[in-house]
Amino acid sequence: MNEKYRVSSSPHIRDKIKSSNIMLMVVIGLLPATVFGIWNFRHENAWILVVVTTAAAVLSEYIYEKLMHKPITINDFSAVVTGLLLALNLPPTLPWWMGVLGSVFAIVVVKQLFGGLGQNFMNPALAARCFLLICFTGQMTSFVYDGVTGPTPLADLKAGEAVNTMDMLIGNIRGTIGETSVIAIMIGAMFLILMGVIDLTIPASYLISFVVFIVIFGGHGLDPQYITAHLCGGGLMLGAWFMATDYVTSPITTKGRILYGVCMGLLTGLFRLFGGSAEGVSYAIIISNLLVPLIEKITLPKPFGKGGER
Amino acid sequence: MGLLTFKGGIHPDDGKRFSKDQPIRPLLPEGDMIYPLSQHIGAPANPIVKKGDHVLKGQKIAEAGGFVSAPVYSSVSGTVKGMEQHFNPAGNKVECIVIENDGEYNEVDYGPVKPMEEMTSEEILEKIGDAGIVGMGGAGFPTRVKLSPKEPEKIDYIIANCAECEPYITADYRRMLENTSDLVSGMRVVLSLFPNAKGIFAVEDNKRDCISKLQEAVADEPRMDVKALVTKYPQGAERQLIYAVTKRAINSSMLPADAGCIVDNVETLIAIHNAVINGRPLTERVVTVSGDAVQNPGNFRVLLGTNHLNLIKAAGGFTEQPAKLISGGPMMGFAMVTPDAPVTKTSSAILAFKKDVVSRNPETACINCGRCVEVCPSRIIPSRLADYARRQDIDSFVAMNGLECVECGSCSYVCPAKRQLKQAIGSMRKTALANKRKK
Ligand code: SF4
Ligand code: SF4
Repeated sequence: MNEKYRVSSSPHIRDKIKSSNIMLMVVIGLLPATVFGIWNFRHENAWILVVVTTAAAVLSEYIYEKLMHKPITINDFSAVVTGLLLALNLPPTLPWWMGVLGSVFAIVVVKQLFGGLGQNFMNPALAARCFLLICFTGQMTSFVYDGVTGPTPLADLKAGEAVNTMDMLIGNIRGTIGETSVIAIMIGAMFLILMGVIDLTIPASYLISFVVFIVIFGGHGLDPQYITAHLCGGGLMLGAWFMATDYVTSPITTKGRILYGVCMGLLTGLFRLFGGSAEGVSYAIIISNLLVPLIEKITLPKPFGKGGER
Repeated sequence: MGLLTFKGGIHPDDGKRFSKDQPIRPLLPEGDMIYPLSQHIGAPANPIVKKGDHVLKGQKIAEAGGFVSAPVYSSVSGTVKGMEQHFNPAGNKVECIVIENDGEYNEVDYGPVKPMEEMTSEEILEKIGDAGIVGMGGAGFPTRVKLSPKEPEKIDYIIANCAECEPYITADYRRMLENTSDLVSGMRVVLSLFPNAKGIFAVEDNKRDCISKLQEAVADEPRMDVKALVTKYPQGAERQLIYAVTKRAINSSMLPADAGCIVDNVETLIAIHNAVINGRPLTERVVTVSGDAVQNPGNFRVLLGTNHLNLIKAAGGFTEQPAKLISGGPMMGFAMVTPDAPVTKTSSAILAFKKDVVSRNPETACINCGRCVEVCPSRIIPSRLADYARRQDIDSFVAMNGLECVECGSCSYVCPAKRQLKQAIGSMRKTALANKRKK
């Protein structure tokens, strides 16, 4: 009994949850929107785009790490999340190689060049989407539904036309693969909340401040039809529940997260009401990502015994 | 009234089921007795016996090495074998007095004990200090010093730390059930030193039986009360406990006395009772033996200086070769290099686990999930502080309140990236505190 035992610093027990479990749960949370999107557009390009874009994200992470002689981290599922999120943000008719290009950009430029998981200051999927928007504006903004190309409901709304909010809830409308069905997105989001992966702080502060903004400046007052259309359209739900809540690119404290949510709400409202395009969620989130260091600085918590105990 | 608590904290599996229903069993030691000279915070004790001396049980073998120090007593009768370097439970080789136990347990004649009512405060404090009592929950701060604040009349709460929030340990739990009156008596002694204080037994509400037992025991004690706390870790951490009970918050540069509080744990209060009411020095304590690799987990009353190997044997040995041994609780205890180490004043448990979860969970990159921030009872940002620690950036570490960490380990426990946050923050804290002292 006199052999030496393993020593390490306390604590000697650990919670079961691991980063890879969390990422895997995010993937599962995205599945309802993914499946709905592929079914909804009935366009074989949609599922090819989803599969190829996701695979490209994982593969480019693997190859990059291999070439740079870094430890291979693809089994933490974070590249799957990035690839899938990017795919859900693409129009169903986009040529698959553009999706691949987006994934490589997201993983290599936005994530790995900044030091890998946890070091990037912009959401890689969103940054890649914006990159593609700039490179391929035409393909990225052409939305087809039932074989007919046309504007998204939010563009209609901006043009002052009537929209069907029921369709927007269900998702049988034009848009990117994963953003159209509020119901599918909410099923996934509920799952993540129940599993303790995300909480309401960011989505609630985002959505509430956005609604307040459009009620005040939208020119339609409290018109429920108008508010619902804004909430359901333009990828706001996908953004608020799955991209704004990305751990790496959001503040670490609760207070910071509230302020971050408010920033996104106000920016989204600003872009939608006064900007050139009908959308605005992606840019609002990316700009808020960049504001995170500042937000964290002004929301530094007070420690216990110095006012922070309450 | 609702349960008392603080903000933050975690809910690990408490593991108490293994040993909680095992009554305290006295254990007589085998082999030599080993007494480290430093079983407390402060100056080590100075040996006053030499090789070949015959000593009795209850005889002082080392005297306090200063005001912040504590004497050490022999817990057996026998012959002094000499001074030796020996592993302590924390895994350090330290200077120890070794005594060959003659198995007779011949005890010192303590003489008549002066009734407490006739003693002055100074005499009571003297008695407590001379008995070698230190904080037996793990801190090891000399109790006499703790009980001597500048203005005793400004103390309005004596809090008995009955939280026992560390998983697996049930020593205090059994003490509360089996030695309730000694515990209350210890509180009575302490209250006699503080004319304006109220005695609060603060118990986590997973120990309902202790709460009712204590409530019964203090029914006729106008100055004592029992309060139920939410069950969560680290409910028994001094600052968090004081806050839960009084809603007064202290930071790292304050003492409990600044909030009018003094906190003592269960085992310490019982030792105070033994010293002042029975006139006995500190020679024993209760230790929990538990963990999934232990055959028959239980709670033992052991003589200080007993080898931990005795305890393992008394608990039926191991079911299989454990990967890890811990002295104390799994959250704040020490990983033992070897079980061949003596029970000291601060040893509350020895735990043996089949698996070492720490080495099975390598560190990965922080995903900024905020879980560490959510659970930190000190309301600081463990993730950022660990980054500063890694970069040896002391200034940012101090500016971001790294010194406020109570080293509870909650952050390391919850981190999904399995970062050793507490380890990084703890060692940086030590460096920063040392620097501060130098200035
Ligand atoms: S930073 Fe310190 S006080 Fe906070 S959870 Fe970690 S160990 Fe505990
Ligand atoms: S719990 Fe771990 S992964 Fe999460 S923010 Fe803290 S250090 Fe990072």
